[in-house]
Amino acid sequence: MPDAIVAEGLVKRYGDVAALDGMGLTVPEGTVFGLLGPNGAGKTTTVRILTTLLKPDAGHATVAGFDVVRDADRLRARIGVSGQYAAVDDHLTGAENLEMVGRLHHLGTRRSRERARELLDRFDLTGAADRPVHGYSGGMRRRLDLAGALVAEPPVLFLDEPTTGLDPRARIGLWEVIAELVAGGTTVLLTTQYLEEADRLADRIAVVDHGRVIALGTADELKDQVGGDRIQLSVTSTANLESAARTLAPLAAGEMRIDAGALRVTIPVTGGAATLTEALGHLAAERITVRDAGLRRPTLDDVFLSLTGRQADEKAGAKVDEKSKETA
Amino acid sequence: MNTLRLAVADGVTITKRNALKIRRAPDLLGGVVMLPIVFVLLFTYVFGSMISLPGMSYGEYLLPGIFVMAIVTSAQITGYTLTQDLQKGIFDRFRTLPMSPSAVLTGQTLSDLIMNVTSIATMAVVGLLVGWRVHGSPFEAALGFLMLLLFAYAFSWVTATVALALRTPEVFNNIATIMSFPLVFLSNAFVDSARLPGPLRPIAEWNPVSTLVQAARELFGNTSPALPVPGAWPLRHAVPVSLLWTAVLLVVFVPLATRLYKRAVSR
Repeated sequence: MPDAIVAEGLVKRYGDVAALDGMGLTVPEGTVFGLLGPNGAGKTTTVRILTTLLKPDAGHATVAGFDVVRDADRLRARIGVSGQYAAVDDHLTGAENLEMVGRLHHLGTRRSRERARELLDRFDLTGAADRPVHGYSGGMRRRLDLAGALVAEPPVLFLDEPTTGLDPRARIGLWEVIAELVAGGTTVLLTTQYLEEADRLADRIAVVDHGRVIALGTADELKDQVGGDRIQLSVTSTANLESAARTLAPLAAGEMRIDAGALRVTIPVTGGAATLTEALGHLAAERITVRDAGLRRPTLDDVFLSLTGRQADEKAGAKVDEKSKETA
Repeated sequence: MNTLRLAVADGVTITKRNALKIRRAPDLLGGVVMLPIVFVLLFTYVFGSMISLPGMSYGEYLLPGIFVMAIVTSAQITGYTLTQDLQKGIFDRFRTLPMSPSAVLTGQTLSDLIMNVTSIATMAVVGLLVGWRVHGSPFEAALGFLMLLLFAYAFSWVTATVALALRTPEVFNNIATIMSFPLVFLSNAFVDSARLPGPLRPIAEWNPVSTLVQAARELFGNTSPALPVPGAWPLRHAVPVSLLWTAVLLVVFVPLATRLYKRAVSR
């Protein structure tokens, strides 16, 4: 299978700060590649270089067989880009926005109009087609922006944080649309800071930090890299938390995580369900009351934490807190 | 499609987009239609009733000056919409499309030209209603309007350059207002520049706005033999010098704005 996107050794500096520091990736045709990392990791800079908006200081890249610097003009006819900030015109209607993009792709007036209607229909925007975009909801704007990226039926699609700032329902709606596109054979490069999003949409994931790839693989491979399953249990008091951690320390295959606020302890283990049974036995013997206990596969949060020694980002941290409130 | 045809087709697409925007945005439409009407009525009735000129009505003397003032103030819309677009990411979309890169600025300035045609036509009609008359030949009057529009087009590139250098709508609005007031008022638009004191007089006489106003007065026949003939060189050759100014502005600011646009969007 030929590669739709190849980037090698990309470097981009802003003054003393290296936004990209040897970024490299390869995306085979018809697959979804996820760039996962916190704000400032270099995800957007990578996308801007691959979509010809920025020139790299070093390194080179090709998209759909065209060099991002030398063949920028021909490359642009083969890509679609949908960004973090929906690039749509507020005073124009949804239909006018898409027709304009079609004409700038030189599809001709009639074809542009047809294509706009097709896309509005597909993205469930027919009812709002002739209303100015400033009355659209956040989710509608994103859908229109994504539709704008698809006007010329590009073989390669770049989605830069497509669901950042959307409410959960709009996010799931957009995920379904993206999944359909991929089923149709489009190559997608997706950036996200939502670990869940990369897990759900991407065939392969590159974890990015400080402008380069620090880990690469399928979601499962990345999870295997940080070891096996986790036992996660919550207890009823701080005293219990300490004694639970002490009791279970011999079973831990890696570093335990103790969340004092949530009264929860997470322990990497190797033996799976048998180890969980054993752990619960030890706790019962010590008369430690357990509120909730379970075995789970490592999440991409765990991956990022074990690769960098810190949480993926504040939002991911906040999400953990929310979950702990639910359990409490 | 060859490069030139592509540039023209894309320029037309962007022009249409901007024209639609102006039509839908009440604040911009107000600047294009309402403000010129207010200018004409306010200046004609407030100053026209207080100031008298030998051999002609002040209102007639004033209208060419108001045309030029409207050109200078409405050019701010160019800059304002450009800075807004810069912040919204729509230029990123344009730059990932296989379109002519020059189309964004040509489209912007051409839609400004449409806007200026609208606003000058509005002012001419309102002017005629309140007593302004063209005393020259129809050919000269047509040349007068053409010259105003050409200058307006060139001036759009000046504001586009300023806007692309400043980048944010708020900063642009402040700077543009500070710049446009002296440009309009340190001229012969409202007063006879020959009667200005000391150092203000040469500034006003060499101000391109004065040249353009003087040229428009001559072509519309809004002058009086009883008024003193202006002495400064650009005012004595107002029509050719206005066209020269227009050419100079285009030669300097088209490449400058184009370069700043490339720099502004590729960061």
